[in-house]
Amino acid sequence: MFFTYLRRELRRRRKAALVVASGLALGIALVIVVDSVSSGMGRAQDKVLQSLYGLGTDMTVTKAASPTAGTSDRPRFRFDAQEDGSEEEQSTDRVMVQGFQTLADTTVGKVAGQDGVADAVGGLSLQVMKVSGQFTRGQFQQDGSGGQGQGGPGAGGQQAPQGRVQGGGADFDVNSYSVYGTDVTEPALGPLTSSTITSGRTFKESETDAEVAVADSAYAKEKKLKTGSTVTVKGTEFEVVGIATADSGDAAANLYIPLKQAQTLADAKDKVTTIYVKATDSQRIDGVKSAIQKNVPGTTVTTSADLADTVSGSLSTASSLAAGVGKWLSIVVLAAAFLVAGLLTSSAVSRRVREFGTLKALGWRSGRVTRQVVGEAVVNGLVGGVLGIALGLAGAYAVTAVSPTLQAQLGGGADGGTGGPGGPGGGFGGPGRQAAAKTLDVALSAPVSLTTIALAVGLAVAGGLVAGAFGGWRASRLRPADALRRVE
Amino acid sequence: MYELRGVTKRYTRGKDTVHALDGVDLTIADGDRLVIQGPTGGGKSTLLQMLGALDRPSSGEVVLDGTDLAKLPEARLTRVRSESIGFVFQSFNLIPTLTAQENVETALVPLGVKAKERREKAAEALTSVGLGERLGHLPGEMSGGQQQRVAIARALVKQPKVLLADEPTGNLDESTRDEIMDVLDRMWKELGLTFVMVTHDSAIARKAPRLATIRKGRITVKENAQA
Repeated sequence: MFFTYLRRELRRRRKAALVVASGLALGIALVIVVDSVSSGMGRAQDKVLQSLYGLGTDMTVTKAASPTAGTSDRPRFRFDAQEDGSEEEQSTDRVMVQGFQTLADTTVGKVAGQDGVADAVGGLSLQVMKVSGQFTRGQFQQDGSGGQGQGGPGAGGQQAPQGRVQGGGADFDVNSYSVYGTDVTEPALGPLTSSTITSGRTFKESETDAEVAVADSAYAKEKKLKTGSTVTVKGTEFEVVGIATADSGDAAANLYIPLKQAQTLADAKDKVTTIYVKATDSQRIDGVKSAIQKNVPGTTVTTSADLADTVSGSLSTASSLAAGVGKWLSIVVLAAAFLVAGLLTSSAVSRRVREFGTLKALGWRSGRVTRQVVGEAVVNGLVGGVLGIALGLAGAYAVTAVSPTLQAQLGGGADGGTGGPGGPGGGFGGPGRQAAAKTLDVALSAPVSLTTIALAVGLAVAGGLVAGAFGGWRASRLRPADALRRVE
Repeated sequence: MYELRGVTKRYTRGKDTVHALDGVDLTIADGDRLVIQGPTGGGKSTLLQMLGALDRPSSGEVVLDGTDLAKLPEARLTRVRSESIGFVFQSFNLIPTLTAQENVETALVPLGVKAKERREKAAEALTSVGLGERLGHLPGEMSGGQQQRVAIARALVKQPKVLLADEPTGNLDESTRDEIMDVLDRMWKELGLTFVMVTHDSAIARKAPRLATIRKGRITVKENAQA
């Protein structure tokens, strides 16, 4: 009887039912879209952060770079001019530690020993500048009867010949790229985890000091590198064993080599620039950060939350909009939908006073009448939920299909990007990365999770119950004598 | 058996207090057929509501089979209504979205009768009032007389001790009125019901063995030897 009565009543009042369901549907759809877009923005932000950190990293530990590097740290290149006619190419490269500040690799163990740290791994970030080309001497051209001779300034005999130097000069190519020394014994942590090996293989754990390299796919394409190719860094020939493609499209480094090799190249024995830390519990990150800062002095600890705070640009704006305006809009629309549903249900009960009065006269308990009213309202809510979920999924699908591109600027704040969290000039931990003005394009998607669907169903039921509570309350208070008297 | 002793019912309308019933004493024996008449607003329907456990008196006792309905809690009153009292209303009061059979079934729902048995009993009750062919019809698809027959079937399907009818023919034409009265009289006789009916219709009142008249909340009862 309950379901028959319920079905017939909903059919009879389908217009009113549709109004209630549509209101709830609108609210629920809005919640789904806002939630999925927020989730998409979260993913976009994670993607941006992962491109810096790699998967699974909760924080990085670095030593802040000096605001002004000494002249002795600047790379110097010296070339001697070649003899006339020599086409021999000269080449020299300088390997510099990124950020110029390093930590002793014993710090890795110290960090790993802190309470709440699940794992810690060190890495050395390098910048290689290679200058190669030709430098030939000029020809001295003597005027008039003067003899011809070679030489630069200062060359000459007893009688200074009159003339000028012609030809000669330099033709050099400057190639700068980043190299990251990775701890091959800890493949699960560090920036290489944000890339996928698309050709060849990654490092073996035994290759701690092997002359092997993994090249970023974009760099490999530019330099025509493939698996089996060799790259020479400061005289050491590395075999490219794999090509890695960055998940975010923005690689952490151009080349990855074993940490020990990187330390040798940079004359930075037992040094690292960045320590990647994974916490035992994501809820304890702040505590772990404090512990490291306290127990490992002179370091800058940057968590993903710190980094997320430095994300600006349209991604940040859209994220704020979704979190602020979107959330409140959803709440307001839902509250309005609940209220309208409640008032309409209550009004429907008023129109059915005689009906409910009659049922009570027949011996129906108030609870049974209330259940009938609440049941109708809940079904209304569920219909609204189904419509809302369909509408919300369509909205989320549309956002994903359009995939608007958002820009994420990392660290480019009012300070001009000179400082990251924790200190001036602090690198954000990613090899080859500096805080300042790092811009990434991220396509926005709106993934709808099961949790979101469950939330929508919950809201639908809640909407129905709220509406049912309004109507049920009215129906339960109805005295049969009053109900019959009012209409007779 | 009903025994009403000093039943008073007062309503407040704004600043005024209306005495719908004013010290009513009345005894209705089992199997009695009592017709109540009186002017509009005299207290007829209020008296019927007291008898039907739909309302409580302001003072006095409404005793049904030894139980004072005025003192029963709401749940017990609901039980009395569901088990012992059948109602027939002037406007039929059928649920418009339910078929004739389903409308009759609504009287069996509070008694916890299983669905199959409910359907069978409802069909039987409708057949007894001549609507065996109309089980699946909605109220809107039936005439006034047919709707009132459905209402009578609904009132009687649970085999109550008491049938209370509030102007059951008020919305019907003369020939339909006679049909309905025939049905009600037949049921009263066949089922041995206590039958109390409010009516304005003098033709019906004349046939009643006992006639009660209510004016300004006061009741007078006459025995009708001609009936």
